[in-house]
Amino acid sequence: MTWNFDILPDFIFNGLSLGAIYGTVALALVLIFKATTLINFATGELAMLGAFLVYVLHMEQGLWLWLSMALAMALSAGLGVLIERTLTRPFDPEDHLPVVLITLGLFLIINAVAGDIWNYQVRILTNPFGKFPDWVPSVGGDRFVEVFGSRLKYQSIGIWLTLAFALFALGLILNKTKAGLAFRAVSSNVESARLVGVHTGRTLGFGWAIASAFGTLGAVLVAPQLGGVNPNMMATILIYALAGAALGGLDSLGGAVLGGILVGLIQAVLVTWGGVVVFGQLYMSILQLAAAFLIILIVLLFRPSGLFGTRRVERV
Amino acid sequence: MVDDVFDEVGLKVENLHASYGAVEVLRGLDFEVAAKGVSVILGANGAGKTTTLRAICNMCNTSGTVTLGDDDITRTGTAEIVRKGVAHVPQGRGTFPELSVLDNLMIGAYTRKDKEVKDDVDRWFEIFPRLSERSDQLAGSLSGGEQQMLAVARALMCRPRLLLLDEPSLGLAPLIIEDLFERFTTLNKETGLTMLVVEQNANLALEMADYGYVIESGEITLSGSADQLKNDPAVQEAYLGA
Repeated sequence: MTWNFDILPDFIFNGLSLGAIYGTVALALVLIFKATTLINFATGELAMLGAFLVYVLHMEQGLWLWLSMALAMALSAGLGVLIERTLTRPFDPEDHLPVVLITLGLFLIINAVAGDIWNYQVRILTNPFGKFPDWVPSVGGDRFVEVFGSRLKYQSIGIWLTLAFALFALGLILNKTKAGLAFRAVSSNVESARLVGVHTGRTLGFGWAIASAFGTLGAVLVAPQLGGVNPNMMATILIYALAGAALGGLDSLGGAVLGGILVGLIQAVLVTWGGVVVFGQLYMSILQLAAAFLIILIVLLFRPSGLFGTRRVERV
Repeated sequence: MVDDVFDEVGLKVENLHASYGAVEVLRGLDFEVAAKGVSVILGANGAGKTTTLRAICNMCNTSGTVTLGDDDITRTGTAEIVRKGVAHVPQGRGTFPELSVLDNLMIGAYTRKDKEVKDDVDRWFEIFPRLSERSDQLAGSLSGGEQQMLAVARALMCRPRLLLLDEPSLGLAPLIIEDLFERFTTLNKETGLTMLVVEQNANLALEMADYGYVIESGEITLSGSADQLKNDPAVQEAYLGA
């Protein structure tokens, strides 16, 4: 057994960029959980649908990639509002089971509809960060820069910058706008929010909109790593994102991002790099999924509120 | 102080029924709060005090008539009732623990579209300097008394015409309760803000009120001016510890 540290930075970079994607999807989960204490199992499929919208707009209709992404995020947001209004609002918010079942049903329906329209083959979607733009001076290659003797991919840098920008925008929306304040109020205390005149339904719709847009962003960023888009692309991503959200604390937005990144790191460094070191080859993909479940299990057992979540204290 | 801010409006409640599921909690209440007046509803635990306030804001199944000024608000949604000028400080304060003190006040002004929100924040910070010192702190980290001040200040941020207070004395130390009720009295005297208070602490409540009702098992069993109630033998025995 040789401890091959030369290749470790590669795995760290990989873990950090995958983790950033998990963090993006985990944010979508946590945004809705914070406001409703509800896990939206359709998060991944809504994100997949968003990625297919980008596919249709960009690859089929020939729109500029970034414009297609903006449009797809806006359309996903609209769909999120529609789902909140028609499928979740009519139900008693205190009773979680019906709504959770509805999100599970949505998961299956969206997956089946996407499969019917686009079938289950992987379709190539342009990588927004495939090659450095022409104005960037060449430092190693057109797809990566050399750091610590390892290749730091443009894709990773692009994902980090995109996530940083998205988080900044989310922070502005939540902290500097009236709708954001209302959303934080509803997340904190629904009844009191109603008593200051907040329309809680509309505000939850607003949360669904942001969450759906974030999900779509995550799906578009992860697509190149999966070889493209396909209706099942988000199934395992959602599990890693769930592990990240659980690890960070289901009601902490910052925790979701950090938890997602940690899961990516654990996956890439502990499991994959560790696997290479111990077994000398890459055949650990099953273990990666197992690691995600293990994280969920350990967090639920020993620290249900996660690293940054609010501990629920029952007051009498 | 702020006498230009609040309009005066009265509240009239007729034959108010309310139920949670099959359990009828209010069984035909009739009461009034005069414009610029303070009415108090006294009652023991479980008598229906909290439900009465919730029913006014249409937060439970109700029947009967609730009139604010000339406006029938019986079937109006809670969020719209707030827009009509009813501020409700719920039992247990109802602050937003994960929001800063300042954000708690800002969300109180959610229904307003004018430009004077900042001025009002400054005004309540001046009246409650403790809140001003803790402006950036999370509301959940405040003491019980500070939270109650915050809950009241937040309710006033919407520039209400009617203030509903649900057991503001609950869980507070006697000195703090006295200070709080003094502030309520001042607020009513200086601004003419109409108030409806439900309380178990009859002494202080009757001190600030001009009219009172006693509620038992969802029915009003006694009513009269605050002075009448203070001297009523039944009230003295049940609520004043005489």
